[in-house]
This record gives sequence, C-alpha cells and structure tokens, in this order.
Amino acid sequence: MKKEKKMTLTLPIEEHIGAGNLACQGCGANLALRYVLKALGQRTILCIPACCWAVIDGGFPHSCADVPIYHCAFETAASTATGVKAGLDMIGDKETTVMAWAGDGGTFDIGLQALSGAAERNDDIIYACYDNEAYMNTGIQRSSATPSGAWTTTTPVKFPKDQPKKDIDAIMAAHNIPYLATASTSYPEDLFKKAKKAKEIRGTKFLHIYAPCPTGWKSRPEDTVKLGRMVVQNGIFPLYEVEGGEKYTQTIKVKDKKPIDDYLKLQGRFRHLKPEGIAMLQDEVDRRYARLLKKFENK
Amino acid sequence: MKKVIMGNHALSYGAMLARTQVIAAYPITPQTQVVELLSEMCADGTLNAKFIKVESEHSAMAACIGASIAGARTFTATSSQGLALMHEMLHWAAGGRLPIVMGNINRAMAPGWTIWTDQNDSLSQRDTGWLQFYCSSNQEVLDTVLQAYKISETISIPSMVVLDAFALSHTYEVVDIPDQALVDEYLPKFKPYATVTPDDPRAFDGLTGPEHYMELRYKLQKDMEKVPALFEETGRQYEKIFGRRLSAVEPYLCDDAEIVLVTSGTAGYTARVAVEEMRKKGLKVGNLRIKMFRPFPFEDCRRILAKTPKIAVLDRNISYGHHGIFSQELKSALYGTGNQAVFAFIAGLGGRDITADSFREMIETVSRTDRPTEDILWIGVKR
Ligand SMILES: Cc1ncc(C[n+]2csc(CCOP(=O)(O)OP(=O)(O)O)c2C)c(N)n1
Ligand SMILES: [Mg+2]
Repeated sequence: MKKEKKMTLTLPIEEHIGAGNLACQGCGANLALRYVLKALGQRTILCIPACCWAVIDGGFPHSCADVPIYHCAFETAASTATGVKAGLDMIGDKETTVMAWAGDGGTFDIGLQALSGAAERNDDIIYACYDNEAYMNTGIQRSSATPSGAWTTTTPVKFPKDQPKKDIDAIMAAHNIPYLATASTSYPEDLFKKAKKAKEIRGTKFLHIYAPCPTGWKSRPEDTVKLGRMVVQNGIFPLYEVEGGEKYTQTIKVKDKKPIDDYLKLQGRFRHLKPEGIAMLQDEVDRRYARLLKKFENK
Repeated sequence: MKKVIMGNHALSYGAMLARTQVIAAYPITPQTQVVELLSEMCADGTLNAKFIKVESEHSAMAACIGASIAGARTFTATSSQGLALMHEMLHWAAGGRLPIVMGNINRAMAPGWTIWTDQNDSLSQRDTGWLQFYCSSNQEVLDTVLQAYKISETISIPSMVVLDAFALSHTYEVVDIPDQALVDEYLPKFKPYATVTPDDPRAFDGLTGPEHYMELRYKLQKDMEKVPALFEETGRQYEKIFGRRLSAVEPYLCDDAEIVLVTSGTAGYTARVAVEEMRKKGLKVGNLRIKMFRPFPFEDCRRILAKTPKIAVLDRNISYGHHGIFSQELKSALYGTGNQAVFAFIAGLGGRDITADSFREMIETVSRTDRPTEDILWIGVKR
C-alpha cells in the first residue's frame, strides 16, 4: 500500500484578519500581523498609529480584523498602548493583551521617544514594529530604518541614503526590557513562537519584524517570501531574541552566510548600485553580523 | 471638611474625589504641585489610580486617550509649553469624543522663557474642541473639576479647567473639601459610551473619508451647543448637594450698569474692587466674569449686556494681528444685537500685575469717549 503523505499544520488555522483588505499585493506587513495574531489570539487590543496598517485595516466604518483596534496618532503607539493597558487594569481586565503595531517610521523615528519611555517604565505591552524600511504610507520616503544605498523618493538615485540603518534592536536591548526579538515574515513558525512568548511575559516586549514591501522596494510581489528568507540567510537581518537585555539567542542559525548580491538584485531600490557600492554594503553587513555573533556567544 | 490649600492642590483634590482611575502627567512649573500631590495620593492608597509617569506631555495626553477609550476615568494637568506640545493630542481627544479632564495653569508662552501668567497657552487651543472653564478661586477649581467630569461624561467632550499661574495656582485659600459619599452621589462611576474591547471588537478613529468626516464634526458642534444648558443643569444639581452654585458667567451689578468690565480668571476679583469704589462715587459700573469660554456663552452675554452702553473687555492674551481673544468673541456674540460700544483692553501679559488701578484706568478711558479710539487699548505697556 502506498504511504499517504501527511502535512502538518505548523500554525493555527484561525485567522484574525480577513482577506480582501487594502494591502498591496505581496505586502509583508499584512503577513506579519496575520501571523502575530495567530499567536496572540482574539483577546488582543491593537494600537495602530499612522502607517500602512492604518489604511490596510479598511476605512471607517469597516475593519478587516476581528480584534479591536484603536487608531492613534503617529508618534503615540507606545504611549497609547500604555494608556489602554492602564485603563484595562483599572476596570478589572488583567487578561487582554495590548499591542502597539507600528511601522518603522513610527518606531525608529517619530515614536522613538514614547517607545523609550514605555520601555524604561517597563509597561506591560507588546510593541511590534513591522519594518518595511521606509515611510511607505506617504509614498516611500526614507526613514532611519532605510538601509544605506537604498533609493527612496527623498533619497534619489543621484544621492541615495548614505547612512546605515539605525540599530533599533541594540537601542531596545539597552533598555533592559524582558524580551526582544527580531523576526521575518518568511519564517512564520519562528515569528509565531516569539509572539507567543511575548504574550506570556510581563513588562515591555519588543518585536522587530522584517516585512518586504514590493511597492516601495520595486520588487515583485511573488518575491516577498523569497526576500524574507534571503535577508536572514545573508546576515542582513539575523533572527534572534534578547532576554533581559543580556541573553542573546540566535533562533535561526545560518550555516553558510550568502553574499548580499542576489538579494539586492531582486529590488529596484538598489538597482543603481555599482559593484563598489555593493562591496561597501557587504562590508557593512559583515561587520555588523560579526559583532552580533559575538553577542550570541553570551560571554 | 474645610482646608487651607493652594489652587494646584484644589485640582488634585478634585481629581481624587472624582475617583480618577488613570493619571498620566509630566511636570512643568507652575503645575508641579498638582501631580506631586496626586502621586502621593496614589502611593499611599488615598486614591486607587494608576499614575503613568510619562516622558512628555504629548505622551501624557496619548496615554489618557488610551486609558479613556479602555473605559477608565482619566486626568492630567499641564501648562504653557506642555499644553502646546499636547496640541495634536487635544484634537485627538476631542475628535475621539473622550471625556478626559485636564487642569491647565495659565502660563505665558516662550520665548523668552517665562513662568508667569497669561492666557495665550489655553486660548491657542480654543479650536481643538475642548470645553474650557476659567476659574477665579480655589473652591471654584475643585468644584469645577467635579462638574467638568459630569458634563464631559454626559456629552463625550473633554474639559480643561484653567487657573492663573501663581495668582491662583500658588495662592492658599480656604476650600470646602466635600464628603466622598456626596461626590459619589453627584458623580457616579464612569459609564463610557463605547470602549475598545475584545468582547465587541471595533476599530476606532480610523481612516474617515469625506462621506463621513463632516457628520462627525457636525455632531461635535451640535453637542457643544448643548453644553450651556447642561452646565446650568449640572450646576443646579451641584448646588442641591453641595450648596454652591456654579455658573458659566458671573454678573456682578450689571443690571443697571453703564459700563461693564468683562473679565476672566482671577482678574474678576480685582475688577470688583474697582466696581465697588466707582459705585460709591455714583458711577454705574458692573463686572461680568466669563467662566466658560468654550462653548462661548452667547446667550448669557447677549442677555446680560443687552442694554449696556459701554463694555470694557480685559484680555490677558492676544491673537497677534487681531485683538484680545475675549473681546473678539464677545463682539461676535453681540454682533447685530444692539448698539453697545466694546472697548478692547489688553493688560497683564507675561504676568505683569493687573491691579485695581488698571481697572480705574480702563473706566476713565471708557468714560472719556463714546466709542473706542483705538482697536486695542493697552494698559500698563511701556511704549
Ligand atoms: C505627526 C505626523 N507627521 C507626519 C504624518 C504623515 N505620515 C503618516 S504615515 C507616515 C509614514 C509611516 O511610515 P512607517 O511608520 O514606516 O509605516 P509604513 O507607512 O511604512 O507602513 C507619515 C510620515 C503623520 N500622520 N503625523
Ligand atoms: Mg515603513
């Protein structure tokens, strides 16, 4: 008798955001929230500032989610979430998870002060940043999460971004928060586990989720998953967690780190780069990765 | 229980008696005592509330917004630069129809750095959709906090309770601190209109197109228009329980007055000194203190000033390129209703003293001519 092939579902089948929402084709941010909510469940309140997700959800009076959402001002994801959590506590609800769900601009730039405040107070919230490496909602302007060399509408090809991406994870680790993790939408089980873990820990949890944006990166929608794998395998976006600001663990080990060339080639935002430029970026990636490997040794 | 307390502490006691559940605030002179006393109350259990010690006023209001939409009664206090930093969030709180109550200590705006009083901080926020109440005594501050919660929670519009820096914030007066049981009777538990909850998952304050936005604003204005009557009603209820009447405007000897001095905040008391003195001399002078600035008490002003030939408005503020703000508003209220001459005075910016002499000077100026000779009549400015 032929042996039947069985497929195991590695993620819960339940969905908390509906299809047919306003995300672009191949949107990584859409996948990100979909996976995270599978882990957090329906008893979760989202605080969403200005960002693509403020639009993806659907305009008033619609919402694509079956979880409640409070749409807040751009720079207030953390402080609003803190307020919601405090309010829930005072009305006797200690169970509901409160998550700030913000883009990289709302996290690395304009919302950094509020995020730092919440992290320092160790407010009991999950702060998740889906990182598409620019202000996409307003039409692809650079943020401090935009990698060096990239084109955006405010870093034109003649003068692409010449500063490296801000190391938000080091900044958040320096707040000694109980839990911090990087994740990629192309490693959903890893992302799922991290979100689950974050849910169980009290205090401030920071999830930094790499989320490709075909519209802003000039990549093909069907390459979103591929890009999310490559970025981990080439060491640009290593997947790890940091507990208590000290204990580093690489959750997806990389056996032989790939060069960044193929990753860059799939994206129009890097098309203008010459070999020297690519070599410089490679050097930057290698140095950052080596520094991180040392941290993984936890010595 | 009667206690001698400063104006700032009257705010704290008000928030305490209202059983505020979440406080998020950031310190700024001359507001600091408000939050210091509240932190003590939270620490020693006098008040069962969460005090979020935020890193800025912007976050203070954002946290109040979050707590309010979660269903908790919330309070904050600030002043001047802090209020200006909150500006975006003031629109958010009012546009989101959240009944937050805030104390604001009137402090002039920098530069140059100053901590002294004038009203440009709060009046710059007049179009954010908040109710604004300008107080003139510490008792009124405490009473107004309680009434503000009552009004705000009934109509889903946030309230700003405003005090002059130092003249009120740091002045000690006898204040009757009402019994908690009586306050609970006046102000029962907060029953929010809607909350962000997984039990009834909805999206609040999201993307709103031209087909819906205007109605939301229309409704805010329509509810604003209901506030004068609501103020009256909640003021009467307050009197029934606590024996003190709270009113949106306070006329003093206005009925037969030929000149009415229009004031706000603590300046009203100084005006009365001049009024009484003039009355003794046979001059028919009165004082109208405007307590409620938003919504503007159109009807009250029209009724009280219907037959007043000359009105002298004292503004401790200025809208650059226009006039003092209370005078603008009063003129628009009276437009087309009569033949009153409105004299628009500006005095006391950045904490310069407003004394009985200032009012004497105003009365003299008003007595000299039928109509004002200048758009702005400056008091006590070195030219
Ligand atoms: C105070 C303020 N400044 C600017 C904006 C305009 N704005 C809205 S979304 C956005 C960019 C968001 O970028 P990011 O956080 O990376 O999210 P994404 O759009 O990429 O999902 C900007 C600049 C705003 N809403 N509020
Ligand atoms: Mg972005």
